[in-house]
Amino acid sequence: MTADPRTVVPLDPALAPPGTRAFRDAGGISADRWHADQNGETLVPTHCCFCGVQCGMYLRVDRGGKVFGVEPRNHDINRMRLCPKGISAYQQVNHPDRLTAPLMRRSRDEPFREVSWDEALDFTASEIKRIQGRYGNDAFGLLGGATLFTEKTYLVGKFARVALKTRHVDYNGRLCMVSAASANKLAFGIDRAGNPFSDMLLTDCLLIAGSNVGECFPVMTQYVWGARDRGATLIIVDPRETAVARTADIHVALKPGTDSAFFNSVLNVVVEEGLTDKAYLAAHTTGWEEVRAKVAEYPPARAAEICGIPAEQIVQVARAFARAPKAMAWHARGVEHHSQGVENCLTVINLCAATGHIGKPGAGYGTLTGQGNGQGGREHGQKSDLLPGGRSINDPEHRRQICEIWGIEESELPTAGTSMVEMVWQMQRREIRGLIGICNNPFVSLPNYRVVKEGYDTMEFHAQFDFFLSETAANAHVVLPITTWAEDNGVMANAEARVVKHNKAQEPHPGVRTDAWVMCRLAERLGVGDKFDFADSRAIFEELRIASAGTVNDYYGITYERLEETGGIVWPCPTTDHPGTPRLFEDGRTYHPDGKIHLQAVEWHQPADPYDDEHPMSLTTGRTVAHFLSGNQTRRLGALVEQTPRPWAEVHPSHGFRNGEPVRVVTRRGSAVFPALVTEAIRPDTVFVPYHWPVPAAANVLTIDALDPRSKIPEYKVCACRVEHAERIDEVPAPPVPPGRVTYPETQASRTDPLPPTAPQGRGTSERN
Amino acid sequence: MMGRTMFIDPGRCIGCQACVSACRECDSHRGKSMMHLDYTDEGHSVASLPTVCLHCEDPVAPCAEVCPADAILITADGVVQQADTTRCIGCANCVNACPFGVPKIDLQAKLQMKCNLCYDRTAYGLAPMCATVCPTGALFYGTVEELQAERPGVQVVDTFAFGESQVQTGVAMVVPAEKVQWPVPGGLPVVEINGKDVR
Repeated sequence: MTADPRTVVPLDPALAPPGTRAFRDAGGISADRWHADQNGETLVPTHCCFCGVQCGMYLRVDRGGKVFGVEPRNHDINRMRLCPKGISAYQQVNHPDRLTAPLMRRSRDEPFREVSWDEALDFTASEIKRIQGRYGNDAFGLLGGATLFTEKTYLVGKFARVALKTRHVDYNGRLCMVSAASANKLAFGIDRAGNPFSDMLLTDCLLIAGSNVGECFPVMTQYVWGARDRGATLIIVDPRETAVARTADIHVALKPGTDSAFFNSVLNVVVEEGLTDKAYLAAHTTGWEEVRAKVAEYPPARAAEICGIPAEQIVQVARAFARAPKAMAWHARGVEHHSQGVENCLTVINLCAATGHIGKPGAGYGTLTGQGNGQGGREHGQKSDLLPGGRSINDPEHRRQICEIWGIEESELPTAGTSMVEMVWQMQRREIRGLIGICNNPFVSLPNYRVVKEGYDTMEFHAQFDFFLSETAANAHVVLPITTWAEDNGVMANAEARVVKHNKAQEPHPGVRTDAWVMCRLAERLGVGDKFDFADSRAIFEELRIASAGTVNDYYGITYERLEETGGIVWPCPTTDHPGTPRLFEDGRTYHPDGKIHLQAVEWHQPADPYDDEHPMSLTTGRTVAHFLSGNQTRRLGALVEQTPRPWAEVHPSHGFRNGEPVRVVTRRGSAVFPALVTEAIRPDTVFVPYHWPVPAAANVLTIDALDPRSKIPEYKVCACRVEHAERIDEVPAPPVPPGRVTYPETQASRTDPLPPTAPQGRGTSERN
Repeated sequence: MMGRTMFIDPGRCIGCQACVSACRECDSHRGKSMMHLDYTDEGHSVASLPTVCLHCEDPVAPCAEVCPADAILITADGVVQQADTTRCIGCANCVNACPFGVPKIDLQAKLQMKCNLCYDRTAYGLAPMCATVCPTGALFYGTVEELQAERPGVQVVDTFAFGESQVQTGVAMVVPAEKVQWPVPGGLPVVEINGKDVR
């Protein structure tokens, strides 16, 4: 008898191996319900559009073809689980704030008017030609997004180099995990996490540094708790006592900006106590002697002083990690968002390598990716220095290979450009005069808001692709309405480098086009339409497969059909019968020519913004569970707005503030007022402000635009500040809406209430009230 | 004791409110959440606790017992349903009677609403929406054997004490193995009545 597909079969406690159909079918609705039921409802299997976990979900589509709900899906990654953002994501698709026609104005003093696609594209193309004709090709820039499907990020890189012929292309993944990417490339010769999420369930010691898993990657918590259930030691390194830190065996509440001193010191103890894996170090690494000499300078007593933690904790962590039969280290932006972000990551790699915890089930390292396609978004040429397949744009052989595929002369291919923040500085200096932004919102997401505003305001022409009118789009000359993730096909790579396929659930709204369509039509107007003759996402993906063949980031063996049949395929996957590579370095070889891990000695240094009497405290920023990135999407969804309607400043009770009272956070770049969330769950010398909101209550009015010298990631996670009493709390403006659209009075009220709330919102808000 | 039911494990809750969002998606009260997410140690830690209707068994559902309109029905499998829309008069007796503070009143509609354990899903053998999506397993739907197979050594209780009174519920609470208390103390301790300290 065939089992009723709606029957819940509990997961085997031993867990069916991820990737098998048995795993996906072990509970809930069967893996393939892509047909209408008796009510005319269809469940379209796809993935969440938000963070780098990429949870599988079904979108519920009514008989009229409209997305109207969500149903959990037993995908390998998330096993039915979803976070509040995932549950609410579908509400974007038919949201009344959606842009449904191109908006245009010739100067920022004019209001937007709705225009035809031809008029908007003609104007955009003519402005590109005018600016490039007058100031040179590099005066026009392109900023992509790490929330785009990989096909589109490939097209962004190609469009910049072939159609705009500019070297100035970069993407907002620059704000996400490029430090980890650079460190992984330096140490291992490959830019991705070493282990799948499921390896957490096999480990004996799980170290998570600088990652508020509970709020940023809630669905990952099941793996963390799974490890805990099986007796693994849980170590959390975070200045705040987060929900996961609360239950950890060891919570290291170190001072922001001291990560590499801490990890150097942990390795110091490992060496001193003879806990290194000497055989592994000898056989598989280079640079160990330099690392050993450097960490000798970081005895626990010195590091404890730098990090503001007890020295015994460093010893505890070292013993727990090194003595565990299998140990893993995962980190996220808390370690990476620093002016020595790359070096911080390298110290974690040094620790894993020195203890031999690499390339085994339950032993290794990984990075938790903030943006949905933060991993895939940089693999195929959207980053300023990369060509498809992760090739270097300055390598003559790599250039030749790509020019052959693209059908252009090597002399036509620009060289490496600058990073996203540096491009804004160039706008300020009028070196970049025109820009196209695709699905990014620098007005909220970039540090040091004043500089960003000045940079964008000086531009002669600015076009923005988006499906909601973001704060940045509201500043543009042309806004081009594009599709949501549910209205197109495409792939993304999650934090495991697992490529998953998103399926189209609804036809695009009339008047809305895909990003790829827009770039191809612009390319036609710029005279290179023949290089952009793509019928759909599949056609782009086929070119991408070929363009990546033979590289480390090899996608050649991945096809749409294979992705639909499996729970996703982890690259490198060189042939169509290759199973993918969920775990790296199992044979002990890295992707450097010598096959070794290149260990790097790291000297800790102070964060870029010095402390003084005026600014004695550390400001650190981060995410809330209800919102995603700049909030352009989530600040419009009622349930998520209700959950966390406004930002707050989290401070320790020792400062004498009352819960909910207005406090002003002041840095050398500006100040902003927030309600205080007084809690013992934060260090007394540290203040936390979530960053999803625009001015005036924007964390990025305060943050510093100091960059890591190698990855060019901004130092979002620490700057000097002070906190003082304030009179009233700044209003939180509602997200901008296109001309003629209605807003929701009930959500507006909660967003714009100028009075201090009775209790700080966000954590501490109860549904019961 | 319990068959297939909901288990609440506060030690796993991260306060993400996925349960709250999921509850809004339930077809029986679409758009409104019947889930409570409480912060039990506010200001000191981020500890949080999700509460669904506990589906009281003994005494049988105080909310249903006090309902003057007989609007709250209890199914044979012990699920205390939300108020029948054709009978509820919105008097809020059930709100006052519930020892766990679960039912809500929609004043405009004069209608009580509460968790019905996603009857539209559980009737088909599916887990309730909140337990399905809970990213951490703080809400678990299944049998106690399934729970213990997944979490070796886990202890559960389904009896809560309010002073002298005890309430046995259909939904159970996970308690730390080394701190098993039976019954679980419920509600806030009474310390003052009419200005008089009664401790």
